[in-house]
Amino acid sequence: MSDEALQAERGVSLWRDAWLRLRRNRLAVAGGVTLILLCVLALLTPWIAPYDYRAQDLALGASPPSAAHWLGTDTLGRDLLTHVLWGGRISLAVGFVATGVALLIGVLYGTIAGYAGGRVDAVMMRLVDILYALPFMIFIILLMVIFGRNLVLLFLAIGAVEWLTMARIVRGQVQTLKQQEFIEAAVSLGLSRWTIIRRHLIPNTLGPVIVYTTLTIPSVMLLEAFLSFLGLGIQPPASSWGLLISYGAETMEEYPWLLIFPGVALSITLFSLNFLGDGLRDALDPRIAKD
Amino acid sequence: MPRFILHRLLQALPVLLVVVTATFFLVRLAPGGPFSDEKAVPAEVQRALEARYRLDQPLASQYLSYLGDLVRGDFGPSFRYPGRSVDEMIFAGLPTTAELGLYALLISLVLGTAAGVVAALRPNSAQDYLPMSAAMIGICLPSFLLGPLLILVFGIWLDWMPVSGWGNVPGDKILPALTLASGYTAYVARLSRGGMLEVLSQDYIRTARAKGLPEWIVVLKHGLRGGLIPVVAFAGPAFAGLLSGSFVVETIFQIPGLGRFYVQAAFNRDYTMIMGTTIFFAVLIVAFNLLADIAAVWLNPRLRHQYRKRAS
Repeated sequence: MSDEALQAERGVSLWRDAWLRLRRNRLAVAGGVTLILLCVLALLTPWIAPYDYRAQDLALGASPPSAAHWLGTDTLGRDLLTHVLWGGRISLAVGFVATGVALLIGVLYGTIAGYAGGRVDAVMMRLVDILYALPFMIFIILLMVIFGRNLVLLFLAIGAVEWLTMARIVRGQVQTLKQQEFIEAAVSLGLSRWTIIRRHLIPNTLGPVIVYTTLTIPSVMLLEAFLSFLGLGIQPPASSWGLLISYGAETMEEYPWLLIFPGVALSITLFSLNFLGDGLRDALDPRIAKD
Repeated sequence: MPRFILHRLLQALPVLLVVVTATFFLVRLAPGGPFSDEKAVPAEVQRALEARYRLDQPLASQYLSYLGDLVRGDFGPSFRYPGRSVDEMIFAGLPTTAELGLYALLISLVLGTAAGVVAALRPNSAQDYLPMSAAMIGICLPSFLLGPLLILVFGIWLDWMPVSGWGNVPGDKILPALTLASGYTAYVARLSRGGMLEVLSQDYIRTARAKGLPEWIVVLKHGLRGGLIPVVAFAGPAFAGLLSGSFVVETIFQIPGLGRFYVQAAFNRDYTMIMGTTIFFAVLIVAFNLLADIAAVWLNPRLRHQYRKRAS
């Protein structure tokens, strides 16, 4: 079969179908484009930030938005745009890395539990049930207090909370999948367990996993911002949107722009991710009802 | 039903044990040891701590005696404030936080359900899009951003509301309650819309309409009972969220509640206070999840039946 014929065969694959459906959803497309833009800005920050991260202008102090400082400056005369850009890098990094940790643990754990079934599955999922019932927010705060506010720990702690739902979703998927004929075929072909899991099971769980991942990123970013706002997350001199909002809130009476711009940045990101996530859910898994 | 409750109660016990154990040993893992830097702790507290935690004894017996005290409801002395016990501080802050949480819960249930039902009655119309867009805003504007913004607009620029405090000036409870409620109102609206959409397409709703019942009875009596199940299932996690939300809201509005004490304790590294409140919060959260589960089973006859079958 020629390449073109293969291409034509694939024309109505699940992914292509989903892509077409996603493209019709204008909000989701807008969310996706905004998100890509934000990520590009975050990646390019070291080169495009208008001022040096540490640059201060104490004589200038807090000034409203102007031609020289598009978003104004803070009480130490630091350029707010620069800080919003650098803060966005951290906020987005926390969102993506912690979600990545959750993704890795959740998919592996869920697949193994679902594929093994029986007693292994029962024990593994009971453990998830117990962890689910733990008040994790409070444990994260406890961890930050005891071991100091450290970025790697924050990634791990948040990732360790968020994998639970992922594991449940993947396990459910795998349980249904493994009874289907193509898995039986793979088994009778003599493929090893690991190959079946890697080649046949995990790729088929991707739809719901992608959807849930997109919706996990905003909740992780919120968690980071929440902790930083309370002073228990990202520590100066590093910055994040949560931290900037916290500073902005302290001085908002005199310098409202210090609260508003970081807030707008965070909200836009959350909106984009949520719209994209909702769009992906409708596109990839029409069975999941919109709640 | 009693069997189900008993079963869930027994499930809650190991969870609580894990919480207590994890908290106890995590605090002892603190670099340098939480109870060893004498210069930061008044001698009086140090003595009380040594007696209380039997620091000269092996870790296992320290742990057991801590468990024993917890069962009797004794959380020990505060690490930073001599002469005050963790119990005192918890009960000083609890009523305020409970009141704030109750208002937020009421607002989110009433407003959220109303918005969700209204949206579900005419899906994909303006009547649906308007409340659901508002809900999206509620989800994407976290409380630590919404709170300061509300203060800025209504407290400072318009000068309609007090900007901080709790119960000192009339009206100073409005902004904190709204701030805490916003996110949950949004979730409740989305969940109740989804639940109502599903229920309203069921056969028994058509039957109710066919026998000529007025629409509002169909919706409110027959529809709501089933449509609210997802909302009730959400009430457990929502309660945990309200607690952590109270950390932020009480900090922003300077409300002397449990949440603010907790955040201050975290800052001051008041280890015993953190241990105590962590365990106290955990008990509350586990209890609320239990109540939400029981309510969900009670509301949903199918679950009840399923459980009976499994039990027998």
